[in-house]
Amino acid sequence: MDMSFSPEDQAFRAEVRQFLKDRLPARLSEKVRLHQELTKDEIEEWHAVLNEKGWLAGNWPVEFGGAGWTAIQRHIFEEESALAHAPRILPFGIAMLGPVLQKFGSKEQQDHYLPRILNGQDWWCQGYSEPGAGSDLASLKTTAVRDGDHYIVNGQKTWTTLGQHANWIFCLVRTDSTVKAQEGISFLLIDMTTPGITVRPIVLLEGTPEVNEVFFDDVRVPVENLVGKENKGWTYAKYLLTHERTNIAGVGFATAGLAALKRIARAQVANGRPLIENPLFAARLAEVEIDLMAMSTTNLRMLAQAAAGQVPGAESSMLKLKGTQIRQAINDLTRRAVGPWALAFPSEALEGANDDAPPGPAEAAGATRAYLNNRKLSIYGGSNEIQRGIIAKSLLGL
Amino acid sequence: MDFGFTEEQTMLGESLARTLERGPDSAALFDLGTGAALMTEEAGGFGGTGADILMVFRTLGRAGAVMPLLDSVVLGAGILAAAGEADLAEAAASGEARVAVALDEPGQRYDGTVATRAEGDRLTGEKSVVPGAEDATHLIVRATDGLWLVEAGAEGLAMRGYALMDGGRAAEVTLKDTAARRIGDVSLLEQPLAAAILAVCADALGVMEKAVELTTDYLKTRKQFGRPIGSFQAVQHRMADLLTEVEQARSAVWNLAGNLDAPDRDRHVAATKSLVGRVALYVAEETIQLHGGIGMTEEYELAPLARRLLAADARFGDSDHHLERFIAVSAA
Repeated sequence: MDMSFSPEDQAFRAEVRQFLKDRLPARLSEKVRLHQELTKDEIEEWHAVLNEKGWLAGNWPVEFGGAGWTAIQRHIFEEESALAHAPRILPFGIAMLGPVLQKFGSKEQQDHYLPRILNGQDWWCQGYSEPGAGSDLASLKTTAVRDGDHYIVNGQKTWTTLGQHANWIFCLVRTDSTVKAQEGISFLLIDMTTPGITVRPIVLLEGTPEVNEVFFDDVRVPVENLVGKENKGWTYAKYLLTHERTNIAGVGFATAGLAALKRIARAQVANGRPLIENPLFAARLAEVEIDLMAMSTTNLRMLAQAAAGQVPGAESSMLKLKGTQIRQAINDLTRRAVGPWALAFPSEALEGANDDAPPGPAEAAGATRAYLNNRKLSIYGGSNEIQRGIIAKSLLGL
Repeated sequence: MDFGFTEEQTMLGESLARTLERGPDSAALFDLGTGAALMTEEAGGFGGTGADILMVFRTLGRAGAVMPLLDSVVLGAGILAAAGEADLAEAAASGEARVAVALDEPGQRYDGTVATRAEGDRLTGEKSVVPGAEDATHLIVRATDGLWLVEAGAEGLAMRGYALMDGGRAAEVTLKDTAARRIGDVSLLEQPLAAAILAVCADALGVMEKAVELTTDYLKTRKQFGRPIGSFQAVQHRMADLLTEVEQARSAVWNLAGNLDAPDRDRHVAATKSLVGRVALYVAEETIQLHGGIGMTEEYELAPLARRLLAADARFGDSDHHLERFIAVSAA
């Protein structure tokens, strides 16, 4: 038993830290730290910096232009990036579509799409959920009907994160409705500029249009945009979801969030003393920190298993469950820590709708916003109730 | 990074489990060299690392065995070795001597405040909840000015024994002008106590694993409304939460085992004991609830597991005590 990182991994961490210090613009990290909305240009700016270094796609093999990192290296990069308040790498092209194309796409698709993901020519979004297909994703109803060398797509996708910036969407569509739900689904790549596509923003409860509805009305999609085989899309979708689940624990985000919470709790005053010394608050804080220490080790144990060639199973569901509980608890404590300023609805100030800074300490608006926005953590990526079902069924065999 | 055990540690765990299957025989355990495996080389053993302690006590917890290894070896022999009492330490580690450690006093809970005092080489005071005191050949007593060694049968030494939640026994101990020998400062306790807390937590982990297995089997076989009760979602989700918390406890135990000699050992001691205590109570309560009526009975094998988990929380400071300690250590 040796719980320390190898000398190679420690050297890698130092290299990542130095890179972030040298190349992460303070303009961006400050916005991330305060939970302000990044513009499309700002996200693309950070992608370009990482791509220049060859670090944009840590999870991709080198042959596809990735960094070919180990699971531990990826963890280190994600943790250091979160601690430095670097913008999050968009998962849609890098973490989700990339691995699917590498595994199931044609040579032409790989040669065409993968470099465009890396160099920022394409911004992908995910067309999975529908108004009637959330946790029960396989019940999706958007249809693709073959017409010569095109599919005609009709239907509606929803919760399409940052779809307002995207020029491409990968979609699960129904190509056979006469068979079992999972067996009639195909995986289709669709150009968002095709006639018949309408994107409508959905404003979330913290006041930002983070997600969208996407409507398809007789949209013509060339058949060469089909990934893999027709009606095998569910297999690819499941493969994609396993990649969505890497870094599912969010240890880096939680660690950075806890550090930010402590800074606020030291600056805030309760009964004439720093809030962090208030016994009730200190106990709540300590409990979360202790939970995070354990969860972070669970995460490393799973990574070590993955490095040894074991496929993570339902354990990743436990990480999702506990990781999101911890992050939401940190968001809750941070919101409490700013005291009465938690009353202010931060939407206007964060969008820059007026020139005034938000009231209270600089972190206050971001604290309330993150609290509201991160209610999503226990809903998306397979809700926590779905995760409990997976744990019960696969680990208990119930 | 390596979360696993050495071949020797794995083999020891396996032979320990096999021996315990034949019954709770402490002589057989000492014959296997379990005591020496819990002691460092400097202390005359061949192990004593966090991983050794984890392996031995998780196995004991799984087997539900009540053994003198925690009090007499990890804590007792550990203190004696630190105090330079090599012969007695070795006797305790080999099972020849039995050591009980008298730390707490009535009304003082876990804070380490003591009133037992020495006058010359005589001790007078009251010690509460001293596990293994009745069987001990020697007592280590925490007094105001350090740690003292008292021999069994010494004049003025009185005990009132009783059963413990975990199946062992303890005693309320009274010392009245009892002959004793000072063996060192209270600070000698620090490392053996950290190791003993790891031992309690690893034991609790073994018990929790066992309780989860027992409950899972029961949920698969017990039928109501014509279906196994484990097929009901309300039950499944409680079980999934339970497993997730046990996974947290497992990682917490690993954290302490891996950091038993680290500079921030005390922070890990507090974090692990607080989390394991909290989860141990949760597992005891939930597994009883998930079993229903049968879980309430003395006859069913869950009862000793649940009681052992309660004991784990109450030993060496409960989860609230260690939460406070974690706050204090983190602020320092």
